[in-house]
Amino acid sequence: MPQREGSPWRGLNVVFFRELFDHLTSVRMLVLEFLVVLFGAAVVYFAAEQIRNTTAEDPFLFLRLFAPPGQSLLSFVVVISILVPIMSIGLGFDAVNGEYNRRTMSRILSQPIYRDALLFGKFLAGLTTLTICLVTLWLLVIGFGLLRLGIPPGAEEIGRLLIFLLVTIAYAGVWLALSLLLSVVFRSTATAALVALGLWLFLSLLWPALAQMLGGVISPPDIRFAQLGLPTPDTLAWQQGLSRLSPGTLYGEAVVAMLNPDAQSMTTLLAQFQGRIGSPLPLDESIVQAWPQIVSLIAGTILLYVVGYVAFQRQEVRA
Amino acid sequence: MTDNVIEASALTKRYGRATAVDGISFTVGRGEIFGLLGPNGAGKTTTILMMLGLTDVTAGTVRVLGHDPVREPLQVKRVVGYLPDTVGFYDYMTAEDNLRYTAALIGIPLADRDKRITSALERVGLQDVGHKHVGAFSRGMRQRLGLAEILMKDVSVAILDEPTSGLDPHATSELLEMIRSLKRDGVAVLLSSHLLERVQSVCDRVALFHSGRIALLGTVPELAREVLGGGYNVEVEADGEGLALRFSEIGGVKAVDQSGPARYRLLADRDVRPQAAAAVVNAGGALRRLSVEEPSLDAIYNHYFETHGGQNAAA
Repeated sequence: MPQREGSPWRGLNVVFFRELFDHLTSVRMLVLEFLVVLFGAAVVYFAAEQIRNTTAEDPFLFLRLFAPPGQSLLSFVVVISILVPIMSIGLGFDAVNGEYNRRTMSRILSQPIYRDALLFGKFLAGLTTLTICLVTLWLLVIGFGLLRLGIPPGAEEIGRLLIFLLVTIAYAGVWLALSLLLSVVFRSTATAALVALGLWLFLSLLWPALAQMLGGVISPPDIRFAQLGLPTPDTLAWQQGLSRLSPGTLYGEAVVAMLNPDAQSMTTLLAQFQGRIGSPLPLDESIVQAWPQIVSLIAGTILLYVVGYVAFQRQEVRA
Repeated sequence: MTDNVIEASALTKRYGRATAVDGISFTVGRGEIFGLLGPNGAGKTTTILMMLGLTDVTAGTVRVLGHDPVREPLQVKRVVGYLPDTVGFYDYMTAEDNLRYTAALIGIPLADRDKRITSALERVGLQDVGHKHVGAFSRGMRQRLGLAEILMKDVSVAILDEPTSGLDPHATSELLEMIRSLKRDGVAVLLSSHLLERVQSVCDRVALFHSGRIALLGTVPELAREVLGGGYNVEVEADGEGLALRFSEIGGVKAVDQSGPARYRLLADRDVRPQAAAAVVNAGGALRRLSVEEPSLDAIYNHYFETHGGQNAAA
């Protein structure tokens, strides 16, 4: 195949800014933002009340605002981990097939740009929109915390919260790339949206339980460990590995590492080895702990985007 | 440097085992209106997409102003304007905003954009609705907006896929007039249609497609001579002695039918009205009616496939 001439980025900024403008002014985005702010405000308010009532001395007061201890369902983190996929899917499910359905695709592609610019522009615009939303929300919660709790966050807390924000953006990227891929594969926007939501439900609700079961089937628990009341290491490794195929699991683990410095669920054995149980992990070790999850989320985003890119390049333009 | 803006030779497209376009060759000259005509599914749109580099070429070559659409798609798309079959716009944006977006993609300098958009909208008669949302536009207005996009792009080649399909007769003739005005600007126009009769009047030359091949190529009178052996039907109503004989002696007349007491139908390979009139006058007759029917592409197409259809289907 001969080399093609010209830059694949030509027209990228044009597509990017138009799509961004579309997203930011669309009714769809308004509804999603409203949802997020409503849910976010409710849970953060409850968290703040709880903190004011119970916690007197805590080095990580601000982190409790995002992830209150003991409160699993009504925490900001849980709300975000549910709403971010919905927002991403909402922004991406009709990105490519919508152009076909409006019959604008062949007209746009007959302008002097490559398909690369169109797809990447759409992806970047979606990710930027999500980033703007998440940063706004993040700032709102911190501002609310400042007012309500009356103390400023420490430097380490800010660092942890910043990394939490980045991880959330990467998590949004995975779902955006997935919905973009589905919008390339399915010509009907409704099908793409349904499949995306179905995958999201499957991965976040069903897969964790399924991973436990499959792990047990692939590597049956050893009776010797079971008698001691311990999980079999091989079985546990399989179960964890399988459950980490779900971006929700990866995100949850990374968030726990960043926002709950004293919860050492993941590396209990390692912590015991180092004799550090009970004392919170310093920031750098939390980052090390969450690093594989963060990298996996980014890699997943890139992988899904590339699959969508290849499918889009090979697609017939004819409507 | 030839004067051809499009040169296709042995252009072929296969989808798996099915051959959509089967080794077609043609050229389009500068400022010419060239018609790709034929029924739906004959390979017209596939040919167009290959010229634009929007679909891969299986075999053969195509050059647009000397550029290869496969290897230099951006060069080709810079000089070619494309109006797809049932063109679509962003309905929630105004006509002007739609054109602004395309202008930005084309890379028209910001200072020129609004000026070029305004003049393009004026030329297609949409200047009053430029600030309206395209969602409210009729089909004819969308087609005209698509044409405005091509005018704004200032291209050397315009490729129009089924520009008149779904339009009422009035909108069709308006659109055809705009296509003629493109030609006056020196733009080569390549248009495809399955409505032979409608576009026959604007095309300088036509290529009649049939199942992925070009069955006939040339000007309409050429094809008429080739296929029908004549093409011009001249109707004469006149009194006079021995008119049938006199008519048959006119050069170019193939046959004379006497369809009524004073009615004659002349089949000729050119317009023989002056000679027929002279013949009536010379015979001392009274000429009451004289009309010519240009050869119709429909007739040519149907006649061709009545005689060649069987072997084509077998091939």
